[in-house]
Amino acid sequence: MTIKKTFWQKYEAWIWALIFVIIYVWAFSGIPVTGIQAVAGEVTKSILHGLFHPDFSYVYTGDGEDLISLLLQTLAIAFAGTIASALLSIPFAFWAARTKKGGTHLGSSSGKLFLTIVRTFPEIVMAIMFIKAVGPGPFAGVLAVSFHSIGMLGKLFAEAVEEIDRRPAEAIIAAGGTQFDVLIHATIPAVIPEFISLTLYRFEIAVRSASILGLVGAGGIGAPLIFAIGTRWWPRVAIILLGIIVMVTVIDFISGYLRKKLV
Amino acid sequence: MNTIPKKSFAQKWHIKALVWTAIVLALFIASCAMTGVDVGAFLTGFNQFMQIFYEMLKPDWSYVPFTIKPIIQTIQMALIGTLVGSIIAVPFAVLAARNIVTNTVIRGTIRFILNLVRTLPDLMLAAVFVAVVGIGPMAGVLTLAIFSFGMISKLFYEAIETIDMGPIEALTAAGATKTQVVWFAVLPQVYNHFLSYFLYTFEINVRASTILGYLGAGGIGELLQRSLGQFRYDRTAIVVIGTFIVVVVVDTLSNQLRERLQ
Repeated sequence: MTIKKTFWQKYEAWIWALIFVIIYVWAFSGIPVTGIQAVAGEVTKSILHGLFHPDFSYVYTGDGEDLISLLLQTLAIAFAGTIASALLSIPFAFWAARTKKGGTHLGSSSGKLFLTIVRTFPEIVMAIMFIKAVGPGPFAGVLAVSFHSIGMLGKLFAEAVEEIDRRPAEAIIAAGGTQFDVLIHATIPAVIPEFISLTLYRFEIAVRSASILGLVGAGGIGAPLIFAIGTRWWPRVAIILLGIIVMVTVIDFISGYLRKKLV
Repeated sequence: MNTIPKKSFAQKWHIKALVWTAIVLALFIASCAMTGVDVGAFLTGFNQFMQIFYEMLKPDWSYVPFTIKPIIQTIQMALIGTLVGSIIAVPFAVLAARNIVTNTVIRGTIRFILNLVRTLPDLMLAAVFVAVVGIGPMAGVLTLAIFSFGMISKLFYEAIETIDMGPIEALTAAGATKTQVVWFAVLPQVYNHFLSYFLYTFEINVRASTILGYLGAGGIGELLQRSLGQFRYDRTAIVVIGTFIVVVVVDTLSNQLRERLQ
């Protein structure tokens, strides 16, 4: 005797496939494919030509507006922003971490909600707000990175705090230690390696965002890039993209190496 | 023996930690100097910042109807971008997996290409694609396709590398070709992982697509750019709230579907 399959068991995969197809038919109906401009082919050709003939004279000119100086500035924005953000995130992490068992989690839930809001707030809008406050330039970029990163770093730090081993803290309390002793001898040593590793990871992301913040005038390599794209100066676009690729690859490599050493 | 183990001089005074702290501190100070960090300017300019913030606290609710269409377009862009990106990613993922392709040259080349694609930030791709295909959602779709291709192919090949090799060996022993092995032994095992990563990438693409319009690549970001350009921060607030709702709804739905897959 074979067991009869229910209708749902029999057709589940087909129903999901149908839903999937309907969603995609709807999605494709919303995007006008005719929107491609007639010169796209020509532009692509000149881009490719430019990409294979990068403007190497831009790499170093000595006037502080060249590729190397601006890449260094981008790194400086990411670094200063990440370090400041890591320090600012610590209190938020302890606010959002759920360390007590049972009961209501009003404190930690409100902290988590706050961090989600910060995380979803577009970084570009934040950068523009800071530009209004301190004027265009790399400092606005540093501020945008430092405040925006709190959303993600605070969340990751809070998860690290939630996951630490509680037994050393109990041992210190049992031996007559104060809450302050617990913080110094149990909590901080347990979370520091984790915090450093997460900060390095966030630094990798910050390098990427610092390189696009210049699109709105917050310093770094983004400004000359958008200028070069706007003026269709493809050899210049190519050298900037190459510079960014090399910078991000090197930073990812160093950061990955350091993070492996930490664990 | 009740002796406490002796600490060396370096351990006792935390030399290594101190050196690292000094290096980080020096780099931090150098970075601050280079970027012109000026706490005074920040404190005096903070009023300006708060003023924008206060304007955002009074959202212009009459603007809501204008945001519906761009929000829908944002989701459509993310859907198509994810689909195109993952379809291109499948062959690349198979070719980059250590247990499928034993040729180090092919694998190395594919992985190198994937690494290069992943270094480019999404907004930067958008800027280039707007220049190529013109202002509109098409540029956004292409950006998201390339962006998700880089991310999803890495997730895919890592999933392929964790599969059970038994079925593959069985098929190879029975004389199956490479294509047959991939089709009947590899893909059925990673199918659920693929769907799960597909949904995860879709979540990230929804987040990314909300700002692509800032550079003219379609979706809700266009309104962001317009309202900021007109200094209508009450409207910016509506756009930000709309983005927030979309991101939370999509994340929740996708998380539930992903849990069902496991």
